[in-house]
Amino acid sequence: MKKLNQRAWLFVTPVLLLVAFNALIPMMTVVNYSVQETFGDNLFFWQGIDWFEQVLTSERFHKALGRQFLFTFLILIIEVPLGVAIALAMPRQGFWVPFCLVTMALPMLIPWNVVGAMWNIFTLPDIGLLGYFMNHTLGISYDMTQNPLAAWVTIVIMDVWHWTSLVVLLAYAGLVSIPNAYYQAAEIDGASNWAVFRYIQLPKMKTVLTIAILLRFMDSFNIYTEPFVLTGGGPGNSTTLLSIDLVKIALGQFDLGPAAAMSLIYFAITLLASWLFYTLMTMNDNKS
Amino acid sequence: MSLELKNVSKRVAGITHVKETSLTLETGHFNVLLGETGSGKTSLIKLMAGLDSLASGQIVLNGRDVSSLSAQKRNISLVHQFFVNYPHMSVFDNIASPLKVAGVAKSEIEGRVDEAAGLMKLKPFLNRKPHELSGGQQQRTALARAIVKESDAVFLDEPLANLDYKLREELRDQLPELFAGRGAVVVYATSEPEEALLLGGKTALMTDGKVVQFGPTADIYRKPRDLDAAKVFSNPPINVAQVTKQGERVVLNEKTSWTLPGDAASLADGRYTLAIRPHHVLPVETPDHSVRLSGHVLVTELSGSESSAHFEMNGQPWVSLSAGVHPYQVGEVHTFHLDPNHCFFFAPDGTLAA
Repeated sequence: MKKLNQRAWLFVTPVLLLVAFNALIPMMTVVNYSVQETFGDNLFFWQGIDWFEQVLTSERFHKALGRQFLFTFLILIIEVPLGVAIALAMPRQGFWVPFCLVTMALPMLIPWNVVGAMWNIFTLPDIGLLGYFMNHTLGISYDMTQNPLAAWVTIVIMDVWHWTSLVVLLAYAGLVSIPNAYYQAAEIDGASNWAVFRYIQLPKMKTVLTIAILLRFMDSFNIYTEPFVLTGGGPGNSTTLLSIDLVKIALGQFDLGPAAAMSLIYFAITLLASWLFYTLMTMNDNKS
Repeated sequence: MSLELKNVSKRVAGITHVKETSLTLETGHFNVLLGETGSGKTSLIKLMAGLDSLASGQIVLNGRDVSSLSAQKRNISLVHQFFVNYPHMSVFDNIASPLKVAGVAKSEIEGRVDEAAGLMKLKPFLNRKPHELSGGQQQRTALARAIVKESDAVFLDEPLANLDYKLREELRDQLPELFAGRGAVVVYATSEPEEALLLGGKTALMTDGKVVQFGPTADIYRKPRDLDAAKVFSNPPINVAQVTKQGERVVLNEKTSWTLPGDAASLADGRYTLAIRPHHVLPVETPDHSVRLSGHVLVTELSGSESSAHFEMNGQPWVSLSAGVHPYQVGEVHTFHLDPNHCFFFAPDGTLAA
């Protein structure tokens, strides 16, 4: 029999410890809260799956989840095509390349809460540049603190402004990695611009686009800081996305049990949706 | 059919990529562009294919001036060093793509793709995607695309460079018959002298963006116009040394001199540059290899059926290439034997004297 080399533990242990402290232990704490009723002085009472039932049947959760899916859907449907279009329009060589890349990267370098604050001030009806322009110059009533539609338009545009660059940069990286030979072959065949996009650029960008879509899905599905700073979930509950609702329950109402159960459900949905996305997008590769 | 280049040149951002070049390339044989990497082969092909615009000159394909026509209107095909196929089309659709764009009827497409796939031994793979093929099969697909189109000119830009040894030999043997009788002008770029010799036809030697010599391959091999041409057409690099001709003898150094054979005897006295291909410098003496060169062996290489030795004589590097396996010892003094019948002599201006 082959002798087992126990020294392998030496190399694996640091990672195990890191993952334990980083993910497993906090996660288990949440699991712990989710099945118990918690009182002060560390008093716990077993509740079983009551909290899960409560969350899953609550109208409030359904609405927040609905808003969350709507938000993520809008983000993906706008940012992915827009990002690809911008990447296609960017120069492939020359002086403007670094200029474009830096310009594109700038929004992503700004901290999330600063983005929220910036857009908050930007859209204020009386002093914000955009808010003032819309209300006083164009005469269009636009106040995201009063009007749910205005609030939605603002958080979507804010996210598009903040994160489309990620799709652009990934798509651009995919584009520049296509050897010139492909374009030359298409030119000799007499392929149209659309054919070049459909049969060369899109297939060659597929891997990076898969990553871009996954990242944008996860980030937009878990988004918290920017809409929280911008609208605080309002007006009313119109922009209360899942994470904002979760924080309200956990820290506002201090309902640790329901909040923990909701966290786990939230996590499961994110994981499941990511897995679905990935499987669907890579299905053709594995078929044959 | 013919492809004529008239004083064609190409400059990009002030740098000359192709110097003024005139060539007449004909159908019926391979036209090989032989030169090192960076010598302008690909640039010249891009000009001929219409992928780059000319700085000056004119390109005439079958009597039609195509200088200002785009690649697509010239009716040409191009096969690259990389395996370029549409990534998620099947092999069939890849081969059919130029015909589809040209609007050929569906029934005809099937027949022509079938024929091309048969020639390239791709029939079992017609439903596969390029990434499910080996490198050789991917390049066969690209070649089939070039064949199926029935173009007036076919450009093969180092098509075998990325294939492994065996596939390269196999495909290289197949290439000439593949294009025989198709009427297209075939231009084949390569950096390997061997390929030029094997594919025959005519060869254009290129260095520094210009064609230094063009003609039937064997002629160019035997009579390089100048030292540059001789250097391009030798692998390993040709041996070069300064010699002096005095009367009937040529003097390499104090110890080494020999009587000039044949035509070379009539050269005027003076300084010449001698060039001799490595396989005319052997480690053993034969009746032909009569001139002795002794030197320290620096590096030896064994490539299956051939041995090469780099040695140094009076501070001057030499290379010997011989059939079989020779047990050289690095550092030893070994005597090599040069064949005086295969020496080129170049005049001080670089042109071939004898």
